[in-house]
Amino acid sequence: MNWHAIRAIYRFEMSRTRRTLMQSIASPVLSTSLYFVVFGSAIGSRITSVDGVPYGAFIIPGLIMLSLLTQSVSNASFGIYFPKFTGTIYEIHSAPISFVEIVCGYVGAAATKSVIVGVIILATARLFVDYHIAHPLLMTSFLLLTAITFSLFGFIIGIWADNFEKLQVIPLLVITPLTFLGGSFYSIHMLPPLWQKITLLNPVVYLVSGFRWSFYDLADVSVGISLAAIAGFLVACLLAIGWIFRTGYKLRS
Amino acid sequence: MTRLSPEVPAGTDPIIVIKGLDKTYASGFRALKPIDLEIRRGEIFALLGPNGAGKTTLISIVCGIVNPGSGSISVDGQDVVRDFRATRSRIGLVPQELTTDAFETVWNTVSFSRGLFGLPPKPEHIEQVLKDLSLWDKRNNRILTLSGGMKRRVMIAKALSHEPRVLFLDEPTAGVDVELRRDMWNLVRRLRDNGVTIILTTHYIEEAEEMADRVGVINKGELILVEETATLMHKLGKKALTLQLHQPLATIPTSLSDYHLALSADGTELTYTYDTQAERTGITTLLGELSGAGIRFRDLSTKQNTLEEIFVDLVRSR
Repeated sequence: MNWHAIRAIYRFEMSRTRRTLMQSIASPVLSTSLYFVVFGSAIGSRITSVDGVPYGAFIIPGLIMLSLLTQSVSNASFGIYFPKFTGTIYEIHSAPISFVEIVCGYVGAAATKSVIVGVIILATARLFVDYHIAHPLLMTSFLLLTAITFSLFGFIIGIWADNFEKLQVIPLLVITPLTFLGGSFYSIHMLPPLWQKITLLNPVVYLVSGFRWSFYDLADVSVGISLAAIAGFLVACLLAIGWIFRTGYKLRS
Repeated sequence: MTRLSPEVPAGTDPIIVIKGLDKTYASGFRALKPIDLEIRRGEIFALLGPNGAGKTTLISIVCGIVNPGSGSISVDGQDVVRDFRATRSRIGLVPQELTTDAFETVWNTVSFSRGLFGLPPKPEHIEQVLKDLSLWDKRNNRILTLSGGMKRRVMIAKALSHEPRVLFLDEPTAGVDVELRRDMWNLVRRLRDNGVTIILTTHYIEEAEEMADRVGVINKGELILVEETATLMHKLGKKALTLQLHQPLATIPTSLSDYHLALSADGTELTYTYDTQAERTGITTLLGELSGAGIRFRDLSTKQNTLEEIFVDLVRSR
């Protein structure tokens, strides 16, 4: 393993975060705080509780997931797209590194950033509502697994995209709607029976449900299925990335 | 250039061996027809060719940026595909395009390159490289604040950050001012003195003539010839004999038409081009016939063709 290369890419990416602190950290924290104010306090005060959990606390896992997914995808996709766009990718190609090391560097940094954002949001939430975490270890595992999986997914999008529009289209048109419809702000049991079935096709349901279970022992689907779903997506992303590097798809002519 | 070792003469021991290398892009464009080439350890090798000839493709394949088609390439005896870690860590590349991380500082971007090539940090080496390239004062500047020439220096510094044994310079002096070009060639000489093998492509052919030990000419994906620079000059060199006349001539006498002479606009200079390799240069008979035609001259001079002229001839004749 070329550890120096992994470290170089990781540090490079993290220093990009420091340069764009407002965009990387402050903006997700601000937008999440706004959700708390609007949904948690203003509207939430009319909804007493969902399945025995105060509404303000109920939405915390969903809100963190929302940020975690969008941040992971956008960080990782931008991280690999930008060198392609500016041409500096030549150096990555000419360096003595394997694709495993490239992925570790870029995806590791993107996942780190989104975990940082997630933790900050968790801390910010404390300012608005009281909550407890029933299974801290599982909560951390969900956080890490989701960040890594969706950073891998973002990495794939960054390689696939050949313009800025394509880079934005998946996060905007796929990730965000799926997250909103994935039970971030409600329990899927609140839906009509038919929609309860349809919504199970949405992968984000499993993430939010599992993550919420680690907080409040409260799940729409069983935790095992949640973990299996995210592990399955992780494997799919790994296979796709393996294929990309083997064939040089959109990377090497 | 941390320490200058005694000059290592360009040996015949090859550091890069290219055998039957062929490349067709997915678009169907055949960039390289089977190429065989050996680069000797410690030499400066110039690759000449018009735009689109395949120079960059060839370099990119050796460096790992473009996948090879058929054929094989070895660097220091190691295969560039199978043993890519070993070969790439020996190679530094300065690409043609100015592509840099605009928002990074000079110091960080050069240190990043060293790490990427698998080496532990060595600030004293980075410092030396930056000083050699007159970048030391700019080390904390962000790259976007630098001029084009300075960015070019940054790219060279990145390529030298991991102390490569082979350096590829793809059109390093294109669009570069005179001062930087001079600095760059001095640097190339110092690197060569330290045993670094240098392969460059350039449009400034007179520089290849001045710098390179050997020259390879490539056109439409085909390596037309590889020759010692001096031999090439000698072998293909045409010379021009210019005679300064006593009396201006209105036209060239028809009796001299076999010599294909050129007359200057004011009629005071006659130029005769001849092949130095030919059995007979024709000079003696020409001078005799001139004298017979009553044309007298004050002075004469000869001039060797430049590599540029040779090159244009070669490409045109294909």
